[in-house]
Amino acid sequence: MRFLLDADQRAFAGSLHAMLTAADTPAVIRDWSRGDHASGRALWSRIAGAGVFALAVPEEYGGLGPRPVELAVACIELGRHAVPGPLAETVGAAVLLGGPPLAERFLPGLAAGTDLATVAAPGSHAVDGDAASVRLSPAPGGLYLSTQAPGPVRRSLDPARRLTPLAPGGELLTPAPPYDRALTWIRLATAAQALGVGLALLDRTVAYVRQRTQFGVPVGSFQAVKHRLADARTALEFARPLLFGAAVSLRPADVAAAKLTACEAAYRTARTALHLHGAIGYTAEYGLSLWLTRARALRSAWGTPEECRELVLAEGL
Amino acid sequence: MDLTHSPADEKFRGKARAWLDAHVPRTPLPSLETAEGFAAHRAWEAELAADHWSVVSWPERYGGRDAGLLGRLVFEEEYWAAGAPGRVGQNGISLLAPTLFEYGTREQRARVLPPMATGEVVWAQAWSEPEAGSDLAALSSRAVRTDGGWLLNGQKTWSSRAAFADRAFGLFRSEPGTARPHQGLTYLMFDLRAPGVTVRPIGRLDGKPAFAELFLDDVFVPDEDVIGEPGQGWRIAMSTAGEERGLTLRAPGRFLASAARLRDLWRDRGSPEHARAGVADALIGARAYQLFTYAAASRVLDGDRLGPETSMNKLFWSELDLALHETALDLLGPEGELADGTWAEGYVFSLAGPVYAGTNEIQRDIVAERLLGLPKGRR
Repeated sequence: MRFLLDADQRAFAGSLHAMLTAADTPAVIRDWSRGDHASGRALWSRIAGAGVFALAVPEEYGGLGPRPVELAVACIELGRHAVPGPLAETVGAAVLLGGPPLAERFLPGLAAGTDLATVAAPGSHAVDGDAASVRLSPAPGGLYLSTQAPGPVRRSLDPARRLTPLAPGGELLTPAPPYDRALTWIRLATAAQALGVGLALLDRTVAYVRQRTQFGVPVGSFQAVKHRLADARTALEFARPLLFGAAVSLRPADVAAAKLTACEAAYRTARTALHLHGAIGYTAEYGLSLWLTRARALRSAWGTPEECRELVLAEGL
Repeated sequence: MDLTHSPADEKFRGKARAWLDAHVPRTPLPSLETAEGFAAHRAWEAELAADHWSVVSWPERYGGRDAGLLGRLVFEEEYWAAGAPGRVGQNGISLLAPTLFEYGTREQRARVLPPMATGEVVWAQAWSEPEAGSDLAALSSRAVRTDGGWLLNGQKTWSSRAAFADRAFGLFRSEPGTARPHQGLTYLMFDLRAPGVTVRPIGRLDGKPAFAELFLDDVFVPDEDVIGEPGQGWRIAMSTAGEERGLTLRAPGRFLASAARLRDLWRDRGSPEHARAGVADALIGARAYQLFTYAAASRVLDGDRLGPETSMNKLFWSELDLALHETALDLLGPEGELADGTWAEGYVFSLAGPVYAGTNEIQRDIVAERLLGLPKGRR
């Protein structure tokens, strides 16, 4: 029993954070939202170079994994910087395509970051189908690789998530994909991103209320402001152990609990961040919006709160 | 990131489970907030102690098993899962003992800890005063130097367990007129039956005398019952407060067991839709608290000290406990109103959680100022 990140894991988080801080992700996110993927792809390949996508890919296919704890560490940092692109979906694709003979064909490109993958949740859109070269549709008959161009992009509340319908059918890759296992990894990556989004929203809001003055003092000295931020911090810090506990066990119910809790904490923090920024937070131009809208989108993606609770009640923790 | 207990801790878990299976009373004891229940719970403490189960993390020479921090958490999981009685010795074991281990003398530890472990001496806390609640440093009860000790005068209130307890510990002003209110305070232990002490029980919300007012009139306390240096009481007490909010006051096992009981109740009632979210959130919250505590314990075992993050801990468990019990009462429907129902005692107790051990507003101030770095302002 030692339920803490080790020095290597902390250093990995630190180096990703430094790299992403230097990468000016807000500008990349704005490009991506307009359908200009060049800067995002460049960032994506640097993230791949740091080994992030390799964490879901076994060593025999050019990966470093499976290493769910390190993946969670990485996805927190990607969420903290609101990195655009189908992150959780690419992780999920690596699991769906993880056995021979598909693995040889797809995994090296995913691990290297040259291929982006997306997965359409049954009955739903795929995220960033216009950027992904590997577009997967799990269906009752098996796992299909979309061979047609994706449908027109539908706008998400989060402009950086470009929702694309996939045409049914395509190339049948396998009749029995490990969908449940893939969903577990996708949810884990989504939960970790949400936690990172929440942490970033909290940091930005704390910085804002320290410098914004009204009535001659920083608004952050008012209890009504402080207490909302204290609650946000508490909610985020109690999501963190659930996330890492889920990464250790990879039990679907544990992952569902982490997904629910991290997304709720991030969303609650987003509401607090929006409110405490006042009107400036409610503008599209101000950078806060990039995280605010992400928090809302992740809450609904890959398991609503009710679906997550259902798993917890059915399987126990 | 390793969540596997050592073989030694798992073996310890098995021993604890076997003992509890054989000893936990089949029918619940009467409420520990009544004279009859207090006596029954004191007898239970003695039964635990006879086989060294009352203070498992303490050294053997004081009645423990040297089970360590993780062993203690394992024991608490088994203890509450077994439906064992509430711990009447809690205040002493969780609040005073850690202070004695850190600041007490060998003589104090040898004298105070063994009878605390057996329940022979049950301790109450004496922090709050009528004019010093959240602003604890505003306390005005005095300790004045006398031959061989101190004379206490003043009034303490909201003293949990004091209606039936034997001794109490608290802070007293020994140097009036200091520049800042938290200077010049001394941490003392005193006998609730000493001459000059008047204990007036207070009925909590359900009328049970769960706490008391203490009136102190020239109560003599010998020097041997001062903890640490006179005048340094605030610093010493705050380390106790950190323990209280942190690892020791509310074991995760307690909430895991309550959440499991809540899930069983929900299923027994046909899994009604209206309580689904409340039940799931209780299970998740209890698990989150358990894992948060394992992370904190891992840090302590690495040699870190817990700091202001323990305030998040108190916020979390107090709100979890209340929400969990509210869900239970809702599930019971009209029966939820019954004062002798199986969930009523826990519900009434949970209502006090956001207030005692430092109100949740004080905790939020601590989180905001010390963890987030926000400026101090008017409270």
